[in-house]
Amino acid sequence: MSRSRAFAVGQILYALAAVAVVALAASVKTDGYVANILMQAATYAIAVFGLSIVLGLCGQINLAQAAFFALGAYAVGLGGSDYHLPFWLCLLGGMALAAAAGAGLGVSTLRLGGHYLAMVTISFQQILTVVLINAIPVTHGPDGVSSIARPAGFQSGQAFLALVVAVLALSGYLVWRLADTRLGRAMRAVRDNELAAGAAGVDVFRTKLIAFALCALLGGLGGGLFAAGFSYISPDQFAFSDSIVLLTMALLGGVASPIGSAIGTILLILIPEWLRFLKSVPGLYLAIYGAAVILIVIFMPEGIWGFIRRLFASRARAAPAAAEPFTLRPADSGASIALEVRGLTKHFGGLTAVDGVDFQVRRGGVHALIGPNGSGKTTTLNVVTGLYRASAGAIFVDGVEVTGLPPHKRNAFGLARTFQNIRLFRSMTALENVVVGAERDGNALVAAGPAALRLRAQAALDFVGLGARASETIPSFSYGHQRLIEFARALAANPTVLLLDEPAAGLNSGEKRMLHDLLDRIAAQGLTILIIDHDMTLIAGVAKHLTVLNFGKRIADGETADVLRQPDVVSAYLGVA
Amino acid sequence: MFCAPAVDQLGSLWFDDRGVRERRRMDFFLQLLFAGIGIGAVYALVALGFVLIFRATSVVNFAQGEFSMVAAYLMVVFAVDLGWPYWLAFLIAIAGMALLGAVFNLTVYYPLRNRTYLPVLISTIGASIFLSNTVLALYGPQPQVLPGWLDTPGFQVGPVYLDSQYLVVIAVTLALVGFQYWLFEHTLLGKKLQATSQDKEMAALLGIPVAAMIMLTFIYSAVLGGVAGILVAPILFVSIQMGSTIALKAFAATIIGGFGDVAGAILGGFAIGIIETFGAAYISVPFKDAFAFLVLILFLALRPQGIFGERVAEKA
Repeated sequence: MSRSRAFAVGQILYALAAVAVVALAASVKTDGYVANILMQAATYAIAVFGLSIVLGLCGQINLAQAAFFALGAYAVGLGGSDYHLPFWLCLLGGMALAAAAGAGLGVSTLRLGGHYLAMVTISFQQILTVVLINAIPVTHGPDGVSSIARPAGFQSGQAFLALVVAVLALSGYLVWRLADTRLGRAMRAVRDNELAAGAAGVDVFRTKLIAFALCALLGGLGGGLFAAGFSYISPDQFAFSDSIVLLTMALLGGVASPIGSAIGTILLILIPEWLRFLKSVPGLYLAIYGAAVILIVIFMPEGIWGFIRRLFASRARAAPAAAEPFTLRPADSGASIALEVRGLTKHFGGLTAVDGVDFQVRRGGVHALIGPNGSGKTTTLNVVTGLYRASAGAIFVDGVEVTGLPPHKRNAFGLARTFQNIRLFRSMTALENVVVGAERDGNALVAAGPAALRLRAQAALDFVGLGARASETIPSFSYGHQRLIEFARALAANPTVLLLDEPAAGLNSGEKRMLHDLLDRIAAQGLTILIIDHDMTLIAGVAKHLTVLNFGKRIADGETADVLRQPDVVSAYLGVA
Repeated sequence: MFCAPAVDQLGSLWFDDRGVRERRRMDFFLQLLFAGIGIGAVYALVALGFVLIFRATSVVNFAQGEFSMVAAYLMVVFAVDLGWPYWLAFLIAIAGMALLGAVFNLTVYYPLRNRTYLPVLISTIGASIFLSNTVLALYGPQPQVLPGWLDTPGFQVGPVYLDSQYLVVIAVTLALVGFQYWLFEHTLLGKKLQATSQDKEMAALLGIPVAAMIMLTFIYSAVLGGVAGILVAPILFVSIQMGSTIALKAFAATIIGGFGDVAGAILGGFAIGIIETFGAAYISVPFKDAFAFLVLILFLALRPQGIFGERVAEKA
């Protein structure tokens, strides 16, 4: 396939470029000034790579990267000069320390995200600065640590610079490749839509935590190399303002890719050198810096590299080769009931939205949950998929109780869903969206390896009729097509039970006929479906069984035709007393 | 700010007993409590500014502390350098803050209003760097002194010395909290502001000028921050860093109180002020600034919804 060839060419080019740059760093003689700038740019860029993971891939903020940088730097500085430990041990220790600190901070706040995370990382940064300055017996205080040794074999500045550049190239490669791994996709899914990511089987908390720890680890790595590179460190090099500088580097270059990070880092180290004359007035340079941050955020949301990439984006990418026909093979324990809900109750404060609801969804059938607006249908679905915690009651998927589990665990037990208001990962391609669905834990139909995953996802897109547009990103699809991509994402997971929340809402009559046809084709493969909708033509056409809710209570349950004749169902719908 | 209690004089050692030392310890405690409440009132005011902007725009304004810093410098320029009357300088500073709040809204928030929280947050951080360093470039790094509001330095009430500036801080904070309660609960403007903060689309459909309400919120928050800065300036030095120090603690206060909750922000502000004053006196002065953050991280780990709880939920 052309994609994999382009990819291989890219890898070879990267390797060649990396070797060339390392060779240059090792051989070209530079004066001390230039060497210092290069050393600073290379070590900072490693830390900025970390930010491109946490901010670019995972959409979380970290305002303490200079603190993680400091942990690495002090581990190498103090470990070498005070405790006479070998350099490599100190470097690894510093990285481990930074990663542990990052993970620790993450555990306390990543469930909350957003402004909490911003605040806690600032707090960590401030505390660390206070400790570095005041814990003089350990850190040497404001005097800093001097004559930090370099490792054997890299004693000269030039050799060490070559080493740093090699580490930079390697970590850049890993960050670049990360985006297309399962973890990287999970991070991007979390960034684009946390709720949908959880429902599609991504462990949101774990994903964020790993992103945060990796970011801190790269910060520690950059810091450790920085300490040995300059052989002197002091607390003022790792202040809050430096965290902002690192963040700005990531934003300026383009936070979504390591190339952008490198561009941003180099620019923000070179520009201050060109603008040295501004430094004669204290504050002036940083004031311009602050204004630049605002302007970048407003006018270049994807950074310089994102801007360049958009200019050269190849418009039409070749449609992938036709995949094998799409199959569903839902897990089957043999029991006749695929999904069971017992005494399900959900309170919101004093309001009881769902009140002791029972129903059983038979295997291989289409079961509809209907009721007037506000009757508790969507709440029931949200409790079943784990977005809300049940106040009371129990939920069983294929005989396994899932009542207390988080959404991604329920997904692993075979629950997949679509959303009433479409929730796709908007910056990813249609194919990537579906791949995220396909690579859920417990999907027995997908063989190991990225090729099999892509085939499965492509087949699912073909099945809903969008196979030819697999490489387009979500905003270019119409509302109805976006709904179909949600279907493909859920179907690619080969679920045991598929839950559909108002799939016909907002569709025109032609799209509704297509939906009806699609539901028939899914049901024909034996997949169990629980559907909520208001379109009674659709419901009466596809559903064998109905459960009717009103004011959170079940008022009817049974075969569709029988239920629709019951007087209280008619009155609940038509308001006849 | 405070010295440790003086070592007992030689003479008193003779007939000193545990009762006397106990009483001195108690006096010291009360003195600290008073100082903690005073500094806490400043944090509460800034925290209030945070909460108002957050409720109106769902944005955390990381430049909130710079409002305090800029206002304090305006006071130094007009009341100290130019020697104008204190009240006139105060009015000019407040007018300046209102203008700054408006410009801030138009340049830092408004262009990004339809993006996610992250770009806006980063933009306010950029604004914070811009404001503090612009003042640095214009005024230089030397900390400045702003005299207090009243000429009397303070009163001795029983064992506790009540510094007049602390009394002013506490009184003004209580008055502003009362004003805000009246504004939000008893005026049409307040109802419109509340409606805007709860549901912008619905408010717009009801004919409430949402953009103007957000503009007003920024102006009011800048003024609140400015008042806090002017009040605290005579207690601390007026410096470039005063803004970020105050803002970080005020932010901690809002989280302790339960993000987005007005009463919580005020209580949280007092709590942080008291905690750090006691921490500095009884544990360690150099680590004074770390206590607020430690408490914050503990709170986030153990009771992230704060004292009153933030409604964190997203509809599926």
